Amino acid sequence: MSAPSVIDPPKKAARHSAARPARRQVTTAFVVTRVAVLAVAAALLLYAVPPLVAAESWVALAVVIAVSAVLGYLYLSRRFVPAKYLVPGTIFLLAFQVFPVLFTFSTSVTNFGDGHRGTKAEAVTAIEASSLKQVPGSPSYQLSAATKDGELVFLLTDPATKQVQEGSTDGLAPVEGATLGMTGKVTAAPGYTVLTTAQAAARGKEIAAITVPTRGGAIKANGLSRAVEAKASMVYDASCDCIQGENGPWKASEATGYFVNPAGDVLSQGWQVNVGLDNFVRVMTDPTINTNFLGVFAWNLTFALGSVLTTFALGMAVALALHHPKMRGVKIYRILLILPYAMPAFAMLLIWRDMFNKDFGLVNQLTGLTTDWLGQPTTARLAVLLVNLWLGFPYMFLVTTGALQAIPRELTEAAGLDGANAWNAFRRVTLPLLLVALSPLLVASFAFNFNNFNAIQLTTAGGPFDVDSIRVGATDLLITYTFRLAFGSGSAQFGFAAAISVFIFAIVAVLSAVGFRRTRKQEDVYR
Amino acid sequence: MRIRALATLAGLALAAAACGNSAEAPAAAPTSAAPAPSSAAPAAGGKLVIWSEGAKRTAALKPFAEQFGAENGVTVEIKEITENPQQTFVTASQQGSGPDVMVGAHDWIGNMVQNGAVEPVNLTDEQKAGFNPVAVKAVTFNGQVYGAPYAVENLALIRNTDLVADAPATFDEVAAKGLALKKDGKVKEALCLQVAQVGDAYHAYPLFSSAGGSLFGATATGDPDPKQVQIGTGDSVKAWGKLGELGKKGVLKTSITPENSIPTFAKGDCAFLVSGPWAMNDVRKSGLKYDISAIPAFEGGKPATPFVGVQAFFVAAKGQNKTLAQEFVTNYVTNTDVAKALYDADPRPPALTAAMDLVKGNDPDLAKFLDAGKDGLPMPAIPEMSAIWEPFGIAEASVIKGGDAAKAAGAAQKAVEKSLAK
Repeated sequence: MSAPSVIDPPKKAARHSAARPARRQVTTAFVVTRVAVLAVAAALLLYAVPPLVAAESWVALAVVIAVSAVLGYLYLSRRFVPAKYLVPGTIFLLAFQVFPVLFTFSTSVTNFGDGHRGTKAEAVTAIEASSLKQVPGSPSYQLSAATKDGELVFLLTDPATKQVQEGSTDGLAPVEGATLGMTGKVTAAPGYTVLTTAQAAARGKEIAAITVPTRGGAIKANGLSRAVEAKASMVYDASCDCIQGENGPWKASEATGYFVNPAGDVLSQGWQVNVGLDNFVRVMTDPTINTNFLGVFAWNLTFALGSVLTTFALGMAVALALHHPKMRGVKIYRILLILPYAMPAFAMLLIWRDMFNKDFGLVNQLTGLTTDWLGQPTTARLAVLLVNLWLGFPYMFLVTTGALQAIPRELTEAAGLDGANAWNAFRRVTLPLLLVALSPLLVASFAFNFNNFNAIQLTTAGGPFDVDSIRVGATDLLITYTFRLAFGSGSAQFGFAAAISVFIFAIVAVLSAVGFRRTRKQEDVYR
Repeated sequence: MRIRALATLAGLALAAAACGNSAEAPAAAPTSAAPAPSSAAPAAGGKLVIWSEGAKRTAALKPFAEQFGAENGVTVEIKEITENPQQTFVTASQQGSGPDVMVGAHDWIGNMVQNGAVEPVNLTDEQKAGFNPVAVKAVTFNGQVYGAPYAVENLALIRNTDLVADAPATFDEVAAKGLALKKDGKVKEALCLQVAQVGDAYHAYPLFSSAGGSLFGATATGDPDPKQVQIGTGDSVKAWGKLGELGKKGVLKTSITPENSIPTFAKGDCAFLVSGPWAMNDVRKSGLKYDISAIPAFEGGKPATPFVGVQAFFVAAKGQNKTLAQEFVTNYVTNTDVAKALYDADPRPPALTAAMDLVKGNDPDLAKFLDAGKDGLPMPAIPEMSAIWEPFGIAEASVIKGGDAAKAAGAAQKAVEKSLAK
């Protein structure tokens, strides 16, 4: 009998092996499952088509179609077996790892952020719209939407004179013989079909689009039942690429994405522009970042290393204790120990913060201390490490327990027979074998804790802060520190934040690369 | 085999595309509906999407939104935004997936305007006259009204009348009474005013202002001027010193946090609470006797002005159905009956004077809060205000812990100026 293929269960392969021994067999169940899985994948991908068409993102649409076609072809064909295994992982890698990194890079060379979110055209629209003011002395008209010869028009009643006028894109025209309702709205007029509220609501978009030109400005609908004559005091002038208006002209500056007037003031509505490496230069030259970088970096390293070492030490100790053959009630202990890992870290961090409260916290109440744990640099650092230890050791316990199962007991027993005491057996046999399996996880855990934003932000928010350097706190990690610089003060500056992320990415990448390299050497030693 | 595979794929793709289209049709319709509304049945006219913060308010808005929908023959969808509503709204608006109407705090206006996310709201003079003047002032930004206010909130001093019968005339008296009661063991804390490790500018501001501190200078029109940061200059330094003094006495403490301040008062462990109308639910439930008064000034100091926060309805600039949104915001929620009903569902002091008068009789606390805030400062809506909160808070926490006031003031000043120098 030939060896069954990887995909087909051996039994089925055996059943059909007599007829066509060399090829994989297609059973009905197999086809149905495959088609079902493919259908779901295709449906998910095609779900994205209408919005993409509406947004006219043709490149993205082409990508979606190409991915769907490749997936369908790949899995409906009998060939490309290795690709069948590689493609899903590759797609996820591209979508969730490579694309975000590239997107961060591309954001980092823009000024994207509050005040610079949209395009220049959107900024102009916003500036003009927010400068629209009711023409002084003009009435607030009662509005009825109506049709005249199929065309949508406004019937406007002056509330003071009860005079009715027709408003259309051609301007105002008098209307005779209109019937007014209780509120002054026109209910009927000869030659017009007055729309009901529901009909008008259904045509809200068209109503919003109607601008009735007048001498003083223009009449626009304000809701379904009112219209006002308004005039924009700020108007874009294409001839000078500027906004004409009060304190103007406000000249467009493509370098900063703002309209600037001769006095150097800017209009707050800006647009997104490419700023090249400005954000990176700012990270490198900003004295606030420079002077504090080393201190924050040192504590960041301490925090990440400390978290990995303490959680690993405790997790491993507990795992070893439970691994002992004479241990009873192992299952109960395991469940209890995994609890901190199973609870939402978000809530736990906030609870820990409150437990460290000086006057109301459980820690001081139980110990009788009066320490302001999160209010002093040393104790705050100790506290966040303790909290992170509590949150992190169950994970280490889990992975160590798993790795321990793979180490044959004979090895430690043999070490015992050779005269090694328990400590030596652990140090020379168990630990090295554990590290072979766990080193990559320790490196990953380091990288995670290096950027462990929640653990700091939700407990100390980076504090405590020294009285004269309030931009940097004693427990600030690079990520919380730069979050404060980019988002904490004033508006969100996504471009700047992205540039900082690129730097942090580089730091973590280098540290992790060094870590993995060492791991590999270790594996070679013990292979 | 390959041909069969391709045929299956094609069939599959068609089937999936059909599913996708039918599922997407209603969502995609508004974007492409402009040229063909005449074909739509009148009942399925437009759709108004409203976003609001907080489960309670969302639930309170629902019946009114639905009634509006029924009256105008449109469907109304109301959605609760829990996490960071302002940023969510601005980001979604930019992507074209935002709502038509947003409900939120007036101090978002500056940032929403600079991002082109909201449009001015055209209230008639009669409508404006119907509101509490502070509320209209709060939603006015750069001379334009950007929202229809519906609730006004500010801080006041709530005291346990079993422990302190009469309202103290000065804040020095509050501090002295609180400390004396603590010394006698009648209470555990002298004052429940939340500070926390990161400080709390909103709750500290009345004391800061009474001690002479200010955040910004004023422009010619009386609006806060972001070019004159005053958080750490002149009289503000003295104000930081005053906060430090209260810290030294143990009246202000970093261990009083947003989580424990109201419960501690409700338990009777505090004679005084500085908080807003949102605290009253817990306070009433506790059953203790209380009274509400304005936060008193320091002896010989300036008035202790609380920030006034106004909840308002905004018209999204990039909404799909602006006409309906304007109708809802300018002509519907400004109605006294709607304002009264909104109050019944979610008791926040109404911004409409007529609605306030209607509910005042049943809820005397409201009038007291309103009274405590009548000289309040509408929270500055300029985008630059967001540069104040964190440095102010951190400086506050450090002087309360005993840090040097002049140093803290200087550091706060520098931090704010730096983040505003763009």
